[in-house]
Amino acid sequence: MNGADEPLLIAEGLTKWYGRQLGCRDVSFDIHEGEVLAVVGESGSGKSTLLQILSSLMTPDAGCVRYRMRDGVTRDIAALTEAERRFLFRTDWGYVHQDPAAGLRMAVSAGANVGERLMAIGARHYGRIRGSALDWLARVEIDPDRIDETPQNYSGGMRQRLQIARNLVTAPRLVFMDEPTGGLDVSVQARLLDLLRGLVAELGLAAIVVTHDLAVARLLSQRMLVMKGGAVIESGLTDQVLDDPREAYTQLLVSSILPP
Amino acid sequence: MAALALCGAEKTFTMHLRGGMRLPVVAGVEFSVEPGECVVLAGPSGAGKSSILRMIWGTYRCDRGAILVRDGAAMVDVAAATAREILRLRSRVIASVSQFLRVVPRVPALDVVAEPLGRAADEEPRAAAEAMLRRLNVPERLWSLPPATFSGGEQQRINIARGFLPERPILLLDEPTASLDAANRARVVELIGEKKRRGTAVVAVVHDDDVRTRIADRIVDVTQFTKPSEP
Repeated sequence: MNGADEPLLIAEGLTKWYGRQLGCRDVSFDIHEGEVLAVVGESGSGKSTLLQILSSLMTPDAGCVRYRMRDGVTRDIAALTEAERRFLFRTDWGYVHQDPAAGLRMAVSAGANVGERLMAIGARHYGRIRGSALDWLARVEIDPDRIDETPQNYSGGMRQRLQIARNLVTAPRLVFMDEPTGGLDVSVQARLLDLLRGLVAELGLAAIVVTHDLAVARLLSQRMLVMKGGAVIESGLTDQVLDDPREAYTQLLVSSILPP
Repeated sequence: MAALALCGAEKTFTMHLRGGMRLPVVAGVEFSVEPGECVVLAGPSGAGKSSILRMIWGTYRCDRGAILVRDGAAMVDVAAATAREILRLRSRVIASVSQFLRVVPRVPALDVVAEPLGRAADEEPRAAAEAMLRRLNVPERLWSLPPATFSGGEQQRINIARGFLPERPILLLDEPTASLDAANRARVVELIGEKKRRGTAVVAVVHDDDVRTRIADRIVDVTQFTKPSEP
């Protein structure tokens, strides 16, 4: 089997309990480069727990996450050294939070927010860092004249786009997104979705998008996991799950909303 | 050798929110399509014509039987394929024109059409998309606009342009000419003829008798696959 056919990330039997409360149970799937996987379900279904385990922010009680490092070797992320894990966080992974304030440094300029990720991986040339920051602001449709402002002055949509720029500047191979359009107005959502869609296709990265919005899932993802009560109850192609839902709960989800 | 073969394909919807009511769609679907051949599925509304197209495309899961698609030297069974295998078929082997264009906010018509070939910003996909839009008489002033505000006929021509642009061994057409005027219907008939001459296997659902007689090499009556309702 050649490298391109091997998954980028493999989740196996992920299980997490919070005391006696189940977080997620026996979740397994894999994802390849260029794929966008949506994880849908209502609040408390285990989506966010899963995302935190996948991105090694949380340790599972059972199961493991394996990730193909840039050298082509697939490793258990629980067994990585601290330096390797840092590398993943700073470079190879992105994490887009629902609340941009959680993913940005609100007191420093937009340019510094983008440049910081580059400096963390060793970039030192001020002109080049600023050049990259300007380029990325333009790509996420933020006026370059506003590079020296802090995100405190930005609207919600702009902050979210800035957070995306900050994440993508290091050319990650995998991006985790937690309700990326969650707190935004509908018109702003459309712009962000279009932008995300374009960037994901252009950069060929893999993305795992947690959302309760089936329209977002339809637009962004090729594959989908439906979660309920901590378990994955249905999975498949996004159009398959939405247009031919098999499980009672998925049918309820799909029939409860306006057609996405 | 067939480009596509359905062997005993069957589909039933189970409606859990209606007390597990079972809604049979089709059963025992059996036909194949050779390269360069156009098979038209015929039958009244609700007979399952579009459902069969969706089963081939992989949107509707197939409960029983096989849907064999030729991918180079290999035959892939859509009914048993993984999501990833189906995605690969969609990007390399099967092209599809659905009944309605699914509009994505903010994406211009030209980008929608060019997407199966690549980005509209790149020379080759853009030139091909422009040529196709011109052939389908989509006015140039519309190309840079998102199709959300277009008329039904304009949206459908965007959809057709997008589906016909890539050269794939199999082309699925669901009512491609429904909302078109005579001139554009004729243009689509012409495009289908070109696809057939280049060896594309075409499966189509068309209600228009004139279009049907002009494109069909063979007509498959879908009512023979109707499954009696279960008690």
